[in-house]
Amino acid sequence: MNSVVVSFNQALSLILHLDRELLSIILLSLRVSGSALFIAAAVGVPLAALMAFGRFSLRGLCVSLLDTLMGLPPVVVGLFVYLLLSRSGPLGFLALLYTPSAMIIAQTILALPIVASLSHSAIVSVDPVIAQAASTLGATPSQISMAVIREARYGIMSGIMAAFGRVMAEVGAILIVGGNIAGFTRVMTTTIALETDKGNFEFALALGIILLAISMAINLALNVIRRKGGTERQR
Amino acid sequence: MLRMKLLAIVLFTAIICVTSVHAATEIICASTTSTENSGLFGHILPLFEKKTGIKVKVVARGTGAAIEMGKRGDADVAFVHAKEQELRAVQEGFFVDRHDVMYNDFVIIGPKDDFAKIKGIKSTVEAFRKISRTSQFVSRGDNSGTNAKELLIWEKAGIEPKGRKWYREVGQGMEKTQRVANEKRAYTLSDRGTWLATKDKDKLEMIVVYEGDPTLFNQYGVMVVNPEKHKHIKYKEAMEFVNWLISKEGQQAIASFKDSLGNQLFYPNAK
Repeated sequence: MNSVVVSFNQALSLILHLDRELLSIILLSLRVSGSALFIAAAVGVPLAALMAFGRFSLRGLCVSLLDTLMGLPPVVVGLFVYLLLSRSGPLGFLALLYTPSAMIIAQTILALPIVASLSHSAIVSVDPVIAQAASTLGATPSQISMAVIREARYGIMSGIMAAFGRVMAEVGAILIVGGNIAGFTRVMTTTIALETDKGNFEFALALGIILLAISMAINLALNVIRRKGGTERQR
Repeated sequence: MLRMKLLAIVLFTAIICVTSVHAATEIICASTTSTENSGLFGHILPLFEKKTGIKVKVVARGTGAAIEMGKRGDADVAFVHAKEQELRAVQEGFFVDRHDVMYNDFVIIGPKDDFAKIKGIKSTVEAFRKISRTSQFVSRGDNSGTNAKELLIWEKAGIEPKGRKWYREVGQGMEKTQRVANEKRAYTLSDRGTWLATKDKDKLEMIVVYEGDPTLFNQYGVMVVNPEKHKHIKYKEAMEFVNWLISKEGQQAIASFKDSLGNQLFYPNAK
């Protein structure tokens, strides 16, 4: 138990005297995971809508596939992206391996199924009355879709938050494709793994506490946005 | 609502746009956990960078994986410790310009009371044989340089350890392997650098039970990825790094590196 107390103290003092190296590690974590999430949302939500409103064969299969991909192990994604981006791989000419871009690609692959699948669930579980009402009011099919998606926005938001939790906590994929290079591709989780390797348990745990605090701050902020939206709707 | 949305978007873009550093010239060095975790690179790389302006990005893996990275063209230079494997990779044409850089040695460590009585045994091979009969051995099992050395000793001892009850492959770095051996009251092979740097910090109830045999010599070498195999390799910069490492200046930098307890961990021996 003693080391946990030590870690808490260390985490506090680390936050108080935020040094440049730690700050850049935290910012890189946010940049990589944030970019991945942004891309995943930009692709995933329209994809979810397509699966919810579109009428095409194999739709059921697509949904099951997405659900399965939610459970992709990060190391497998890391290895896949590594082989793809390796100089001896098909996309080697892009010279992306061991860069933050490679890490963003890997995390996008991890986040996309979560965003798409949970958004899809949120959209299909919207009360059918909404679509009917919109249709009675003379809305076009695309307007109806927009109304339904609008109604599902809290569920979609939850999906995005779940994906954010996954990519912020993930270490297996970015370790392989990023290489954990000091000052360049070293992020919070890979630093924690490295410090654990080095036996600096208290420091590693302190970093873990900081990571958790950041995730909490972001989730709280998103919740505030959500609640604002909620009260506005009641008016 | 609209304002909150805007705020959210602005925040998001701000996060994404945090710029990354662009150094002038960078090379990627595939190396091992022992050099990175001991802090050696943190000590010598700034000196090299200051002199040449070349930034060396280190990706630390086991020796096997580090050589593989070079073979695939994912690194410019490899700095590892498994001489046989290195020479083979050079012979196969994957690497050029291999040089010895420095050495330290391996030690056999075991429980404080040395219940298997390894102390005083005459050779490494004998020590391994006795451990296999009387105790347990924890192996890195990760295709690292230390792992390669250990397997070589088993081979010399005429024992096939894989799958035996007394043989545990943990598939982890040296320090974690030591911790496992400590918990299990087992013996293991460690490099002296890691052992010295971590025994007190990790509160290991272990001692060095065997050392000093030439078999346990641990040579580190550096080699450049063959530019004929991979055209994008920064051969010139990589050679500058190699030449610096084996120069008087680089060798002194290595010798002057001490761990936090003041132990010298690596001994330069470039020719």
